[in-house]
Amino acid sequence: MGSSFRALPQGRATDTLFDNIMEFSHILFLGFAALAVVAAFNVILQRNPIYSAIGLIVVLCSLAALFLTLGAQFIAAMQIIVYAGAIMVLFVFVIMLLNVRAEETRIDKQKYLKWLAAPLFLALLAEVMAVVRQVNLTPRPLESANVVTNPENVLGTVENIANGMFTYYVIPFEAASVLILMAIVGSMLLARRERQEDVERIEKALAGQQEEEEEKYKEEVAA
Amino acid sequence: MVPLSWYLALSAVLFTVGVIGVLIQRNVISLFMCIELMLNAVNLSLVTFSRLHGNVTGQLFVFIVMAVAAAEAAVGLAIIIALFRSRETLNVDEADLLKL
Repeated sequence: MGSSFRALPQGRATDTLFDNIMEFSHILFLGFAALAVVAAFNVILQRNPIYSAIGLIVVLCSLAALFLTLGAQFIAAMQIIVYAGAIMVLFVFVIMLLNVRAEETRIDKQKYLKWLAAPLFLALLAEVMAVVRQVNLTPRPLESANVVTNPENVLGTVENIANGMFTYYVIPFEAASVLILMAIVGSMLLARRERQEDVERIEKALAGQQEEEEEKYKEEVAA
Repeated sequence: MVPLSWYLALSAVLFTVGVIGVLIQRNVISLFMCIELMLNAVNLSLVTFSRLHGNVTGQLFVFIVMAVAAAEAAVGLAIIIALFRSRETLNVDEADLLKL
């Protein structure tokens, strides 16, 4: 047991401590997590929906970055393309279409909800944190995220996702496509403005029906 | 490597913020965005568990959740447009036609 043996572990210990505190992934996580939480509070506290939408976009983008640190490359790309791209554009489009101003006259019928919000926030948070503490989390390390050297260790590539989605989970995939088709048809039907001639035709038909019924009723009474 | 419980804690915080947003917002579009926030918090925990087990299934779930969220956003926003046409308001307290 020479002193040289003892010097090495000590050096290693400070190294790992340094790694634990200042590791790059920690900085990455803390930065994006803080950004996400601040932007989430921005979403719920803004009065003007357009600012809420911008906060939500920031949340979505920082979550995409966190997905990357978890080895979910494809999902991160989808998060940006589908969520921050398509869905949020839809939101902003509707906000601008309806020309919503910040809520001018706030006739709040449910004021008690606001006082309920803070205790509920703390209670729900404590509950979920208690559950999180009980879960014993020791991740199986992914040795490398390099597709070229050892592809089997990469988790969320397009290839892996596609392997799962088009073999074992093909039925949910098809069900999702049918759902989206129904959503397209349904949203067009719901948001369509009724044309004036259609309205007149329907009203005429209804009036005709009413007259017919009245005539029938009169005949019945006469009989 | 960041401990995975941190990700779960972040997911819990985001979900809770979404729930509180549903309680304190009265604008129907803002309510909708709070729901999207909750969906994203759940997505984060699904991806975290996928990483924990080294299994891609959780990410497939996230993909399906995204598809459902897209469909929900399209139909929901169409309903909001129809509501605005008939009631001229976006306040959820005003949309109480079925109430006695």
